[in-house]
Amino acid sequence: MNYGVVAYIMGWILKAEAAFMVLPFVVGLLYREYSTYSYLITAGICLVCGLLLNIKKPKKGGLFLKEGFFVVALGWIIMSVFGAIPFVISGDIERFIDAVFETASGFSTTGSTILTDVEAMSHAGLFWRSFTHLLGGMGVFVFLSALLPMLGGNPINLMKAESTGPSVDKLVPRMKDTVKILYSIYLAMAATECIILLICGLDLFEALCTTFGTVGTGGFGIRNDSLASLSPAVQWVVTIFMILSGVNYSMYFLILRKKFKQAVTLEEVRLYLFIIVLAVVAISFNISHLYPTTSETVRQASFQVGTLITSTGFATADFDLWPEFSKAVLVFCMFMGACAGSTGGGLKMSRILIMIKSMKKQITTLIHPRAVVKVRMDGNVLDDEVVHSTMVYVSIFVSIFAISTLIVSLDGNDFTTNFTAVLATLNNMGPGLNKVGPTCNFSFFSDLSKLTLIFDMLAGRLELLPLLLIMAPKSWRKNL
Amino acid sequence: MNIIVVGCGKLGVAIVEQLVAEGHTITVIDRNKDRLGSRLGGLDVMTYCGDGCSAATLDGAGIDHANLFIAAMDTDETNLLSCVIAKKKSKSNCRTIARVRNPIYSMETGFLKQELDIDMVINPELATADEFARIFKFPYASQIDTFLIQRAELVHFKVKPDSKLNDVMLMDIKTKHNCKVLVSMVERGDEVFIPNGHFVLKEGDMVGVMGNQKDIYSFFQKFGLGTKKASNVIIVGGGKTGYYVARILDNSGISTKIIELNRERCDFLSENLPNVDVICGDGTAKDILIEEGIQNAAGLAALTDIDEENILLSLNARSITDVKTATKVSRTNFEDVISQLNLDTIIFPNRIVSDRVLQFVRSLQYTMGSNIESFRRLGGGKVEALGFKVTDCSSVTGTALMNMKLKENVLICIISRNGKNIIPSGSDTIEVGDRVVIVHANADIKNIEDILE
Repeated sequence: MNYGVVAYIMGWILKAEAAFMVLPFVVGLLYREYSTYSYLITAGICLVCGLLLNIKKPKKGGLFLKEGFFVVALGWIIMSVFGAIPFVISGDIERFIDAVFETASGFSTTGSTILTDVEAMSHAGLFWRSFTHLLGGMGVFVFLSALLPMLGGNPINLMKAESTGPSVDKLVPRMKDTVKILYSIYLAMAATECIILLICGLDLFEALCTTFGTVGTGGFGIRNDSLASLSPAVQWVVTIFMILSGVNYSMYFLILRKKFKQAVTLEEVRLYLFIIVLAVVAISFNISHLYPTTSETVRQASFQVGTLITSTGFATADFDLWPEFSKAVLVFCMFMGACAGSTGGGLKMSRILIMIKSMKKQITTLIHPRAVVKVRMDGNVLDDEVVHSTMVYVSIFVSIFAISTLIVSLDGNDFTTNFTAVLATLNNMGPGLNKVGPTCNFSFFSDLSKLTLIFDMLAGRLELLPLLLIMAPKSWRKNL
Repeated sequence: MNIIVVGCGKLGVAIVEQLVAEGHTITVIDRNKDRLGSRLGGLDVMTYCGDGCSAATLDGAGIDHANLFIAAMDTDETNLLSCVIAKKKSKSNCRTIARVRNPIYSMETGFLKQELDIDMVINPELATADEFARIFKFPYASQIDTFLIQRAELVHFKVKPDSKLNDVMLMDIKTKHNCKVLVSMVERGDEVFIPNGHFVLKEGDMVGVMGNQKDIYSFFQKFGLGTKKASNVIIVGGGKTGYYVARILDNSGISTKIIELNRERCDFLSENLPNVDVICGDGTAKDILIEEGIQNAAGLAALTDIDEENILLSLNARSITDVKTATKVSRTNFEDVISQLNLDTIIFPNRIVSDRVLQFVRSLQYTMGSNIESFRRLGGGKVEALGFKVTDCSSVTGTALMNMKLKENVLICIISRNGKNIIPSGSDTIEVGDRVVIVHANADIKNIEDILE
């Protein structure tokens, strides 16, 4: 591991975090909150640490794949830890571990909270919580890699660690331009949603926070009942933007490049939309007796399906009270997650698609043992390597899931709670079922469980491997 | 600029590496997916798997927006064909460069350029041979750049320990020694200077002098810098490059000898190069070199197909006698180590080709929307030499140079007027219609007016 490079980039990430923290400070000033100074103090701490780490430029350059993964994993942990400091200083959250849980939940766009009373938070605190969703959604390192002089090596190694999906590719030849395009789409989407929400009658603060939660597929609300008390119009707007945020961004790129035919034939997006429609229809029938009108039934069903399949985690209804079939459908949605190359979490549609196709391939080879069959996606033959790594990914996912559930079970809660708590964090969802249902929170877990869930959130956001790499003692060795 | 490179062989990769370093937007097309991954994995480029001669592939790689198309596949015909297709498909006046190595086509570059509308045809072996031949024709120079239509030259050479140029102040060159040349740049260690008249030359400096060919010649004579071309040269290895080198040297009256192992190749060489001595034997054997007179030879070109043999051959020759050697090394990976050896001149063929491509790209980029006519980057990229045509009256025209306040590290080297090159002094002026060559370091200059403070 090249520690010089790692330290140098850590310095940059801290400086960036210091800059980001100025925003909640300004928000606090506008609302005349005394505690907002905690953000300025923390920004100062970040800046000093960042500058200290950046004093020395690394002698040996080189950002290879292992450094990329290592730097991103370490960077996300550091960001979460430093981002938690203002919550503690300002007194919004008493215990440090809880504050780290909240920040990690924010950056990883999970949306699980340990707050029992969200509305008691300061405005600065609420803003920072939601703002971490915006930062975490598209990824901070992807953003930095466009600005940083990269010390040799290839910045795509950072993007590979931070972006979602089985195979990460650039949209255009140069990394810088790719990042610019991704962020323009991302921010344009955010701006559009924010404006529409303003028109629907939300005040600017709530519109901004809700937008951050939606486009980053995060899910921190600023009310105790999440979005339930907002108007149907707002709920529909959020539903649509959640689903749009879960779409593979390369589709928007194709549309921008006016390649409409390619855009509408993306298999992954088609499957994603198909599953959404299917789930909404199934749930609507199942819960029709709970709501007075059809329009409300459909709205509740679509919102809940949208929020869970994209791993956002807003809620407009306590789906924990819905019939078992609906809950089962929702849990399936939680597992599958959004499209690769989006801000959403979960296993990702493209992996599901690859798995389904590999199963088909396996059956074909049973019938015709000598058949040469290739797995295709959008007409292109997929490398065996990609198929293989998808399978490995799923096995790692299951292993981490099992171990985490075991650890969390030590607290003595029921199985549904433990299972869905791990699912909700590992897939960056937010709420689970039973004790961690949409109306509840994670505060009752023990510190060990909270640490496990923090790990799960970050691991889920970074697609497992970076966090596993950082846990391997081998990777810390100076001479690899 | 948007550049598409087809073929990621050794040459393609060498070109791509250089272009990436210059910050261009590059897409590489190759038929072999693994090759794309393994050779370009570390570079910030887009890879596209497909056939470079297919219009659909070029479409997919974005030929619509490309400014430059470089075909560097294995066969000449595919390169030519893909360039033609690229030109037809392009909507943005895409320039094309084709690598063509068959000597028969190379003779007809003019026709290819005109009729197939290809902007640059490059023959790697011929380009390499040019470089080899230059070393023996102008042994004093380590690099020569030509400017303007009247052929002003910028000749780079190293100040040797026993040279008369040691501790000479630059203004004395003109006043005391009456030479009509201008020292435009001096590389000392890692630094590059744009010198003024009070600059003093030191041993080990890499000096660039500019002037007319014959003035530079007399300058070299006055300072005893060995102006003679090599009298006789031994070439080991009679492949394509060896053949070209022999032909060029022979044409410029240097007596040449080729040592080649393959009998049939020897026959071919003997048929096609009537004035050249062709020896059939193993050039890496010590006895043969001595037998063929390495002790009395002025130069040796190591041009076999194997890098290691070339290196050992040159080291061996230099251990026998103090002969000027030029060694061909194809792989650039170990440049650092190889350059520490006592090898005199080392030539990397891929580097030469990629340099020429780069030259083309840079002047294309620079000349887009400005009145820069020629452009060279020198001294490890720290110095630029620019050729301007002065088309309008402006703040630089009509004023004596000594009254102008130039930016730091900017030097006006040559003013070309009515077919004559003037090495400017303080009382000279720039007039409309002149062509001007300037050298600058670290200044942002896009127009001739930019030279002023």
